Amino acid sequence: MSEAKNQTKTIKVNYLARVEGEGGLFIKAQNGKVKDVQLRIFEPPRFFEGLLVDRAFTEAPDITARICGICPVAYQMSACQAMENACGITVDGPLRDLRRLLYCGEWIKSHVLHIYMLHAPDFLGYEGVVQMAKDFPQEVERGLRLKKVGNDLMSLVGGRDIHPINVCLGGFYKTPTFRELLEFADKLKQAHEDAIKTLEWLSTFRYPQLERGYLFVSLCHPHEYPIDRGKVISSAGLNIDVSQFENFFFEKHLPHSTALHATHIDADKKERDYLVGPMARFNLNFNCLTPTAKYYAEQLGLTPPCTNPFKSIAIRAIEVLYAIEEALRLIDSYHAPFSSKMPITPKANNGYGCTEAPRGILYHRYEIDEQGIIKVAKIVPPTSQNQKIIEEDLRHFVERYFSQGQAVLQHHCEQAIRNYDPCISCATHFLKLHIDEE
Amino acid sequence: MPRHKKPKLAVWKFTSCDGCQLSILDCEEELLAIASRLEIAYFLEASKRTMRGPYDISIVEGSVSTPEEIKRIQDIRSNSRIIVTVGACAASGGIQALKNFRDKNDFLSLVYATPSYICTLDTALPISRYVPVNFALQGCPINKGQLLNLICALLEGRTPNIPTYSVCVECKLKGNICILVSKNAPCLGPVTQAGCGAICPTYNRACYGCFGPKETPNATALASELKTCGFSNADIARVFRTFNPTREEFYQIGRQYERSKKSD
Ligand code: SF4
Ligand code: SF4
Repeated sequence: MSEAKNQTKTIKVNYLARVEGEGGLFIKAQNGKVKDVQLRIFEPPRFFEGLLVDRAFTEAPDITARICGICPVAYQMSACQAMENACGITVDGPLRDLRRLLYCGEWIKSHVLHIYMLHAPDFLGYEGVVQMAKDFPQEVERGLRLKKVGNDLMSLVGGRDIHPINVCLGGFYKTPTFRELLEFADKLKQAHEDAIKTLEWLSTFRYPQLERGYLFVSLCHPHEYPIDRGKVISSAGLNIDVSQFENFFFEKHLPHSTALHATHIDADKKERDYLVGPMARFNLNFNCLTPTAKYYAEQLGLTPPCTNPFKSIAIRAIEVLYAIEEALRLIDSYHAPFSSKMPITPKANNGYGCTEAPRGILYHRYEIDEQGIIKVAKIVPPTSQNQKIIEEDLRHFVERYFSQGQAVLQHHCEQAIRNYDPCISCATHFLKLHIDEE
Repeated sequence: MPRHKKPKLAVWKFTSCDGCQLSILDCEEELLAIASRLEIAYFLEASKRTMRGPYDISIVEGSVSTPEEIKRIQDIRSNSRIIVTVGACAASGGIQALKNFRDKNDFLSLVYATPSYICTLDTALPISRYVPVNFALQGCPINKGQLLNLICALLEGRTPNIPTYSVCVECKLKGNICILVSKNAPCLGPVTQAGCGAICPTYNRACYGCFGPKETPNATALASELKTCGFSNADIARVFRTFNPTREEFYQIGRQYERSKKSD
């Protein structure tokens, strides 16, 4: 480290590539110590929480879907759950299975897009998937094929792969036939092979070293890997109902720069950063994975607690395998429901919803009146919850690898951000930032 | 541009959900073929490699909602031979344009603890309000088939074959029973431009107009029909004011029914 002494490094990436939305990174380090880290998000604010006021409760799933083109189902599912909670109904049985099936489609599509098109190029040293395709044609084709299965599942159950139209409060406008689902199962079987090949491929990657002690937060269900419902739990023993979320998690509007940062207030009233997303789900719910998914995780040396954020790409692939097997199970046990939706009538009330978006828990709360008109909306997307953790990862990473060349360091920093697949478009309330032209 | 070179394509994002750009990455079967016919010179969601302009084709997603975006779209215009906008955000402001109808200040404080940190315009507007646009693909999100049709047309130098008739035509082609008539549902199909394949009516649901107005829509007639079906003024204002609220035809009806909301 001696040559690192008296050295000031400034890493600045004005536009981050291969993330959803727009963001930049600013790090300043001196004498091997990081002085400042800012993940700068300059996605223009879109004010969804304000736009929802005075809209009808039935519109929330379609409107909030437009927060993010890559995880619209997550928004639709959290919104439905919150509204149904306000009106006192719970969607169960085959309708709930179909929702979970639709969600599996989104997990497959989103994770595969991230693994192959956004993140793998970092590990293999390419600028993007198109450049990578020249040397890895088979792998890229496999990735595209696998992603398409996710898209097709979303289209089959949701009517469209981006912003599905078939989701409504109480269920669906139309349910697929058993035959359509059975035909789809064949595609899923092919995808199963591709998912395993993906895991084998990822086992050949080199993962930068970084282990951190994280506070993981995810949903938890007694006997299901969490996707569409559960309690909110943490690796420190938190176990609360979704309606308690705002008593334990706060968003801060920081003056210095970035977006709203979420923090967790623990039992001792201490503020803590926490991590949501695949790594949190995996570590907290490993036992609920399917036997095959567990087997491949172990083959890859992934067992809880896994605390190297660079391995999140492999955990995503485990979740892809899980989602495929779960989708096959849901299809196998499907019985067409009597009606495509449960009746729902508005009630003046508060409603809470939380589901596992591909990037982590997504919380919604609404207050509606007796006509079903929205009076208050509150949305906490995963990226605002992970933002502080990303900055902390960068701080540790830069300190550890400070003596490396600027270019290497910068490359790894970008890669470290992409570990979280930050979906900056979740800009329900991200801020515009000024770029520091030093 | 020297002729023997591949045309340079750039993809730009403004205020949006990324969904329309994602439609490009969602062309799984055609993606590598597209990449072989075009030089992808700027597409940050896909690659960190960037090339300087001028660009032959710029695909623009999203609406203009910050001062910085005004400047950026002007730079892109002066650096691009053809600008194609994709999606409702770019063509009509999109969902975020709903803020145009509200007072910015009570809005900001609803969402942010310290509104003074926010730098944003009072409006979210279509790209064409700031610079001339060569072609606009409608939809929230756009349809992949239409996107491929457009890219091929641009490569071949022909006019893209994008229908301007209504969703009703697609419904009839599919053999759907009219949802407005049979279900008394507030369907915007008659005034909405085709392109999605009439997905919503096919799924037993009324069209909510995500593709925006068709050419010469008769929105006034549809609105009074909805009134006859028993929908309130507020309901009618809301259906016209969702994903394409600033397009002239939808804007007028939205305003008229919003104003007469009190007489519900
Ligand atoms: S038009 Fe719709 S899908 Fe396209 S970017 Fe805008 S919100 Fe997203
Ligand atoms: S039917 Fe209407 S709302 Fe539905 S996808 Fe088509 S244009 Fe959009």
